[in-house]
Amino acid sequence: MTADRQTPLIEVRDLVKHFPIRSGFLDRGKGGVVHAVDGVSFDVMQGETLGLVGESGCGKSTTARLITRLLDPTSGSIRFDGRDIAQLSRKELKPLRRDMQMIFQDPYSSLNPRKTVGSIISEPFLIHGMEKDDAKRRKLVEELMDQVGLNPEHYNRRPHEFSGGQRQRIGVARAIALKPKVVVADEPVSALDVSIQAQILNLLRELQRDLGLTIIFIAHDLSVVRHMCDRIAVMYLGKIVELADADALYGHPRHPYTGALLSSVPVPDPVLARERKQTVLGGDVPSPANPPKACRFHTRCPKAVDGTCDVDEPQLEVKEGGNIAACHFPLADAEVAAAVPTSEV
Amino acid sequence: MSTPLTDIAVDPGAGPESESVAIAARTPLELFWRRLRQDRVAFAGLVFVVLLILMAIFAPLLVKLFGIPGPNTQNAQALDDFGTPTGPSSVHLMGVDQLGRDVFSRVIYGSRVSLEAALLSTFFAVTLGTIVGMVAGFYRGWIDTVLSRTLDVMLGFPSLLLGIGLASACSFGNGCLGGLIKPGLTVVIVVIALAAFPYIARIVRGQVLSLREKEFIEASRSLGASDLRTIFREILPNLVAPIIVYSTLIIPQNILFEASLSFLGVGVQPPTSSWGQMIGDASGNFGEVWWYMLFPGVALVLTVLAFNLIGDGLQDALDPKGDR
Ligand SMILES: Nc1ncnc2c1ncn2[C@@H]1O[C@H](COP(=O)(O)OP(=O)(O)OP(=O)(O)O)[C@@H](O)[C@H]1O
Ligand SMILES: [Mg+2]
Repeated sequence: MTADRQTPLIEVRDLVKHFPIRSGFLDRGKGGVVHAVDGVSFDVMQGETLGLVGESGCGKSTTARLITRLLDPTSGSIRFDGRDIAQLSRKELKPLRRDMQMIFQDPYSSLNPRKTVGSIISEPFLIHGMEKDDAKRRKLVEELMDQVGLNPEHYNRRPHEFSGGQRQRIGVARAIALKPKVVVADEPVSALDVSIQAQILNLLRELQRDLGLTIIFIAHDLSVVRHMCDRIAVMYLGKIVELADADALYGHPRHPYTGALLSSVPVPDPVLARERKQTVLGGDVPSPANPPKACRFHTRCPKAVDGTCDVDEPQLEVKEGGNIAACHFPLADAEVAAAVPTSEV
Repeated sequence: MSTPLTDIAVDPGAGPESESVAIAARTPLELFWRRLRQDRVAFAGLVFVVLLILMAIFAPLLVKLFGIPGPNTQNAQALDDFGTPTGPSSVHLMGVDQLGRDVFSRVIYGSRVSLEAALLSTFFAVTLGTIVGMVAGFYRGWIDTVLSRTLDVMLGFPSLLLGIGLASACSFGNGCLGGLIKPGLTVVIVVIALAAFPYIARIVRGQVLSLREKEFIEASRSLGASDLRTIFREILPNLVAPIIVYSTLIIPQNILFEASLSFLGVGVQPPTSSWGQMIGDASGNFGEVWWYMLFPGVALVLTVLAFNLIGDGLQDALDPKGDR
């Protein structure tokens, strides 16, 4: 691999996004805010794949849209290639967009049904005025189609003539068209059949190897990210609760929330599946409009201690085994071994 | 990569991706044409309208072909001794009017006015309505609020009254807006376009509100497209089908609107013939001279019916869920 994975390409610091709650016409402005992303900091190293995992509504997509600046952050900074892009205007952002692309979750809604595949994949070139010669551009697009495993002869077909997996390949081709440095993939396989998920994941890994891409890979559970990611960040209600190397996270999770997510990962071994003590999270995810005080997970945490977890907010710090976690009472190896099927302790 | 690139197997038992490639690759236009052709009723409407358009274009030729006098030729001999117009005869197929003008000839020429007024006003209404609707739906916020309230006011305004007001204000001298809107057909077209565009704007706005939430709009933005590009290259192509349907549905309304204005005497200027104006002229003495009202009336009814049939057929044909 060319990139060293030591120098950060993206540095996110204290990123916050609050959405005002739209209430009625008359009491406008009185409503509170949704704390979609509430003080998130992490680095993405050159050439690595960083996983971003958490339940629905924890702010993964919002984080992705902030980094790609489809949304304006409420506060915080995003350094990309050494430059803070958090406050850049749309015009200033345009050249940066070539370096930063997104793959979307829904391959049905992310492709314009009225356009041909060829014109969808040509769009990045046209927008950036890159390849003005029609014949040359078409050739580039056909090469891209070939690269992502589509038949270039299908240049003039429309999205509805393709299966979900093939559509996602179109989305991938569009994203890598301008040879970006970073690709943010927001749940790129969760809308696909399980059998097709692996093919798209392999495609992404191949492209990463061939193009030296840096990938931010978003998923709502830990079952697909293991072999995809170098490091994984676990989010809960707008905050990162644990960040570790993939092996460390699966082998010895430290945050009870990570432990709970891992205990629901399906395991192929039936004996192991029977033996393990599944941690079932009680209750629902609290509303991000009114998140719990101090540790946001204390309302559902099996290890929560009154007087500590609901009073004192834990900070992200290095725990045993090198995981970074925000927890007063991190899981010990014995607990991990009992409850986590992927444990290696 | 530090680890060797091994294939990820989410489900080891899974086979290769099944291709669910669509039936035969037909363009939407072909598909649409096939469906429309199978719809007998709509097709009949289409044939009628095509004939009507030909009739309008070749009106002078037709008149010559039938050997009948021009629409404005007054023939006192066609009136009887008391000055009452004569009815249908071998010379005047549809009779003559009070001035002795051939009704058949006037009906043929009247189609020009009807089609010109309806098609042009529909074109302007659709253009204006699409732009306003796209801007309101795409930008939302205060822009949408201002535009939508304005449209509401316009929709609430009695359009015929507006028409009469505007038409009579612009029908004198050089017209209004410094001669831009001249009396006659231009006034009629402007009035009809103004009355019809809020409907289109409202429909387009609704469609855009749902389209803008689609991920391909976000994808376009993430590629760095300008708003204008997103609106015209991503949103507009998705509006073509509904716009076509609603245009064919407002054409007959606009035909009737033109007829109403001309009936009330604020439409086309005499001696130009228009179906509505002929009916208006005839309304005073319908008892004796039924032919003078009947023939333009029939022409009007058939034309409106034909356009409505096409509109209904198009609606079915362009419905992506239909699979006929
Ligand atoms: N444009 C918006 N306006 C208001 N609230 C929003 C907006 N976008 C997201 N939210 C809220 O912010 C929170 C986080 O949303 P986000 O889409 O980032 O979650 P997610 O982790 O991507 O979830 P999912 O797995 O469902 O995609 C949710 O409570 C959501 O309702
Ligand atoms: Mg999401």
